[in-house]
Order: sequence, then structure tokens, then C-alpha cells
Amino acid sequence: MAKVPLEKQTLLNVNGDEAVAWAVKQSLVDVVAAYPITPQTIIVERFSEFVANGEVHTEFVAVESEHSAMSACVGAAAAGARAFTATAANGLALMWEILYIAASLRLPIVLAVVNRALSAPINIHCDHNDAYGMRDAGWIQLFVENVQEAYDTTIQAFRIAEDERVLLPVAVNLDGFFLSHTLENIRILPDEVVHEFLGGYRKIPKVKVDYLEDEVPLVLNPARPLSFGPLDLYDYYFEHKMHQIEAMKNVPEVVREVNQEWYEISGRKYGDGVLETLYVEDADVIITVLGSTAGTVKHVVRKFRRDGKKVGVVRIRMFRPFPHREIAEVLKNAKVIGVMDRGISFGSYGQSYLEINSSLYDYKEKPMLVNYVYGLGGRDASPELIEKMINELLSDAERGYVENKLRFLGVRE
Amino acid sequence: MVVRTLPQYPIKKGEPAYKIWIFEPGWKGELPLITNPRQLAEQKRPALLPGHRLCAGCAAPIIVKLASLAFRGPTIVVSATGCIEVATTIFPYTSWAIPWIHNAFENSAATASGIESAIKALKKTGRLPYDHVDVVVFAGDGGTYDIGIQALSGAAERGHDFLYILYDNEAYMNTGIQRSGGTPKFAWTTTSPVGSVIPGKMEHKKPIADIMVAHRIPYVATTTPAHWIDLMKKVRKGIEVNGPAFIHALSPCDRGWRHAENLAIEISRRAVDTCYFPLWEWTPEKGYMLTDRSLSIARNPKLKQPIEKFLELQGRFRHLLKPENRHLLKELQEYVDAMWEDLLNRATNAPK
Repeated sequence: MAKVPLEKQTLLNVNGDEAVAWAVKQSLVDVVAAYPITPQTIIVERFSEFVANGEVHTEFVAVESEHSAMSACVGAAAAGARAFTATAANGLALMWEILYIAASLRLPIVLAVVNRALSAPINIHCDHNDAYGMRDAGWIQLFVENVQEAYDTTIQAFRIAEDERVLLPVAVNLDGFFLSHTLENIRILPDEVVHEFLGGYRKIPKVKVDYLEDEVPLVLNPARPLSFGPLDLYDYYFEHKMHQIEAMKNVPEVVREVNQEWYEISGRKYGDGVLETLYVEDADVIITVLGSTAGTVKHVVRKFRRDGKKVGVVRIRMFRPFPHREIAEVLKNAKVIGVMDRGISFGSYGQSYLEINSSLYDYKEKPMLVNYVYGLGGRDASPELIEKMINELLSDAERGYVENKLRFLGVRE
Repeated sequence: MVVRTLPQYPIKKGEPAYKIWIFEPGWKGELPLITNPRQLAEQKRPALLPGHRLCAGCAAPIIVKLASLAFRGPTIVVSATGCIEVATTIFPYTSWAIPWIHNAFENSAATASGIESAIKALKKTGRLPYDHVDVVVFAGDGGTYDIGIQALSGAAERGHDFLYILYDNEAYMNTGIQRSGGTPKFAWTTTSPVGSVIPGKMEHKKPIADIMVAHRIPYVATTTPAHWIDLMKKVRKGIEVNGPAFIHALSPCDRGWRHAENLAIEISRRAVDTCYFPLWEWTPEKGYMLTDRSLSIARNPKLKQPIEKFLELQGRFRHLLKPENRHLLKELQEYVDAMWEDLLNRATNAPK
């Protein structure tokens, strides 16, 4: 597809939620089923306006819970629709059961998760424990850094999910309030360009079943009836899980392709789509981070570089499937890695720390790892805190060993 | 298992009676509602094929087959987790001749909402190759009275065009006969056992169909597999109305109710004859209307049988027939009588 020059891309001043709503509006989505929860609500509010004004053909189903939101998306996607929903924190937790079903039925649903801390105590601000909670559900998980990326990634998510090599649902994570309620100037592509990028309405993949002669569309179809979601016991369940495992292996390649194609059209790309790196080549200290905090970290790291300190950043854009090899290759030559997690598995470490730790295990020469848990319940990760963290890591690197592997950034003593 | 040809409806002479239903894209028209048994046998086939693993004597597949004989055309079926789901689709087999989906236990109404919305969106954009595709849910009492009532209530309030058929076997039979909101008072179940202090379940059955009436949806009805013409007519009405419809079908379970395998239909009949389970339908226009046998009983109260007639065939109520429990039986009879009186007062076609 041809590049759309910047002047042909409409300038919008929107917050992250509105950016997602605009992306969904342009993505020829058939069914949106959603339930209000702060800080996600603006997505469905804006989208309801698009529906009310007849700007989309979408059926908007204002369900009575998030559990029903995901259930309705499963029904809609099984019936051949392109389906979308959005939620946060407790709403995502309520969806949990159906998240597994959506992934296991291989339905290319897109879910915007506006990351928020889980109760109790009830809190509406950002952390990533909600997203980490769905880590094992079989979804692709992408984390965005800014409002522009929230728009871009939501559209890309439909392409990734519906790719025949993948056929898995995608969760687009954007930080609650830091992104969802923060205005930015973004560029959006013309409708027809987005339509072409997505290949029009959702295409239904075909499968072979033993009781019908021809290949049949994998959809609830009165012309070629199929049964979805049967009882599947020890004689086949494991093989079906293997299909999911295999599909996950194809994801990084597809995410990279889509990222590249998007770059060719829009002029925007996010690293290679999987990881985004800054100053990592010669770095002694590398910070790994997900989501909007990456912006602050990059800013601080540039300052350290100006002072001649060898510090770099890796932003993990794709958390599931986790790019173990890729990240290990980036990190392996550094002295110390500071793994930032806006979440924690109680009784263990932050969730991305566990991944990075296992990524590096097989390397003979490997950096030391420190896990920084920060920003729970929306606590700000200020540049001063990031500076403090990097200074600690630089002295760890100098000293040659780390004492405390699990550190908490910005918490009262 | 491999069927190489895709038969057209209706069945042609010499064709096997059981094959999958194929509605080629562009199919138009409406399948007739046939209630003449001979014509039914010759011209119709159910959407549930033989070979499923439901228990011998189970009423649920009878309900499903009768309902499917009343379908009007392309139909998608949603099943809640439960007996029908686990016994009809043990991978790699399926008994369903039409598109079918099982999502989870509590969300069949929400799943149906999504399917119905998808159908609307496809139709709006010219991608639906039919005039209409009907959505029918089959869910048990656990998936309806208890864990599924939120999704059902929500879908009813939103007005999705689908028919929800509750097959009520009055307990969690699939997990092994645990009490549900649909279990009647004094019934034995594995979680409301009859002990020396507590005589079975101590609470009455939730009035689920009345709860659906309170939603003011276009159609609500009760039926049983014994009253099969009543059942088929009601299913057809439920499909034809524009908006949500709810049918409460009593579904005797020989394993859970502790009755002989050949008694499901007889017990269904007695449930109506004793007014334990009256047959009625409700529409916003006409209100409650008694149907079939229950209308006959209303017109001729002598036909009403004592509740023992319903209980005596079932082991789950065995303790109620013991002399020392006569007061429990009396209480149950009084409850049934009061409920019946209440219904007679509400029914617009009952003699006043």
C-alpha cells in the first residue's frame, strides 16, 4: 500500500480512550459489546456516539457485565463478526473465564485493556496486575507507550488476530489515566486506507471437517453446520492445546510484518513491533519497561547518555507471546538489567522479571538482574525516581554484584 | 460417519431420515409447522441426531427434537454447559445437524446476544445470505435459575431476538444431582439430602417463568415433552415473535428424580394433571393464557389430581409418602393449590 503523507493524515487532539474509539470506528467492526468501567469508559462513550450518529454499521451491545461483554464477543465472532470490547481491572477479572474460551475457540477478538489496579482496596489508577492476570489465557498482549500508538496498535490488532497463521485474540494495553485520559495530538489515516489495510470486513478462514466434502468456513453457518465448543476430554484436549501453542509461535513474525507494513503506510513504527530499543548496543545498564513509563525512562536515559553514562532502554511492546530469545540477545552483553514491573506476583517477583530471568538462563555469560516494582495503584514514576533507580543500577554494575534483587520504587519506608 | 451428499429439505423418499441440515446461501421461505404425526415422520427430521450420550429415559433430547421440528429455517443453537452440551458433543463427534455453540455455563443468553447482533450487522452490510437466522438457546435449570440469570435478564432487557428454552430437570444433574434454584421443596438431592432432621430441600422452586414475564418480553410459556403439540406450537411462537422469548420446559430426569426409565413422559403428564407444573403462555397483549391440559383442568376442576400422583413415581419424594411426613405432603399440596389458584386468577382465559 502507498504511503499516506502526513498532511493527508487527519490531526486529532484526543485522549487514549478516544484514540482507541477512533481506531475501532475505522476498523469495520461488526459488534462491540462493552460495559462501563473507569478508566475505559470513554472508549464506549465515544463509540456509542459514532453508533448514535450512524457513522458506523456496528451493533453496539450495552451488556450487563464484562463477563457478558466477552461472552457476546465470543458469540459474535463465532457467527462471523469482527468483534471488539474494552475493559479494565475488575472488569477484566470478571471476564477471565471467557478470555480462555475466546482464545481456545481461536476467535480473533480485539480487547482494549485500560490498565488499572485491582481491588482491594478499590483504586481506579494504573498498574499492570490486571493484564498480568490474563497472562496465561492464550491472548496476544501488546502494551502501548502513547496515545498515537494506542490508535495505531488497535487497528493493527485486528490484522494480527485475523491473520490465518494466528487466529488468536489480541489485548491492546494502554495505561489508565496516563494514556486513557491524557490528550495528545495524533494523526489518523483516512478510513479507506484503514479498510484496505484490514482487507475490508472480516474474512472467515476455512477448515476441513470429515463429514463434509468441501472446505467449510470456520463460522456458525446454516449452510455448513459446525459445532463450536464441544466437550473435549483427555483423548483430544492436549492436541487442541498444541494448536494454540503452535499458533503463538507464529505471532512475533506477524506482529513484525504488520508493524513494518504500518510504517510503510503511516510512517510510524514501534521498534520491530515486538521490542523497542534505545542505546542498548554498548549499554552497561539496561532498563526494561512496559507501557507509558517507557516515555519517562527514555527521557531520563537520554540525560544519562549526555553525561556519558552507558545506559539503555528496552520497551517490551509484546508481552504475550513473550519474545524470550529476542530480548536475551539484546540484554546479554550488559552488566545489570533493571526490570521494571508495574505489578507483582505476590510471593514472587514482578511478572516481566520472571520472563526475562528465564530468557537469560541458558546464556553462560549473562547480566545481573534487578526487579523494580513501581507505580502500583497509579503512583507516579517520576523522572527523579527513574534517576534514582538508574544510579543504583550503575553502582551495582560498578560493584559487580547486586544485594537485593527485588526493589520497590517510590514506596514509603 | 462421512456423509458425502448434502440433502435438500424436505426429505426425499428413500433418503435416510437423519442427516445434517443444509440451508444453501440464498435459501428463502419458511419450514412449515407440522403437528400431524404421520406428516412429521415423512417430512421432518430433528436437528439432534442419534448417537448422543444422554441417559436412557432422559426427557431433554425429546424436548430438543420436538423444538427443532418447529424451527422455521436457518437456526443457530446455543447450549449452556450442562447435560445436553456434554452428552451431544463429545469430541470428535457431534449430534447437531445445525450450527451449534457452547460457550460457558452462565453466559448462554449473552452468547446468543452476540450471535444475534452479528447476524444483524451481517445483514445490514449485505453479508447474510438469508432473510433471517434464528437463535435458540437450550439451557438447564442451573444455567438459568442460578448462575445464568444475570445474563438472561440482561439479554431480555436489551431485547435481543432469540428464543431461550429452559429444560428444567430441577437440579444440577450433570454434576450429580445437586440442588438448584429450580429444585422443588422437600426434594431429595445430593446437597439437600433427606436426613433425620431436615427432610430434603427446604425452599420452594423459584418462579422463573414469572420472573421472565416481569421482564415484559414478547413471549413466555411453560410446556412439557408430554404435551408435544403444545411444546411445538410454543416454540414456533417463541421464534416468530420479534424479541426475546422464554420457554420453560419441564424435563424429568430418571437418574436424579429416581424414577424408571420409561416414565419421563408419564411424569410430565402428571406434573400438569396435578397442577404442579401448569401449562400457560403469556404475551404483553393477552396476559396469562392457560393452554392444553391446564385449560381443561381450569374448565373442569374435577380433572385436577392430588400431588401424590406426581410424587409417587419418584424416589426423590419417597419420604413424603411415609405416614410420619403426612404434614409435609399436606404443606406441599396447599402450596400447589395456592399457586394454581393464583394462576387461575391471573389467566385471562380461565373461567371466572
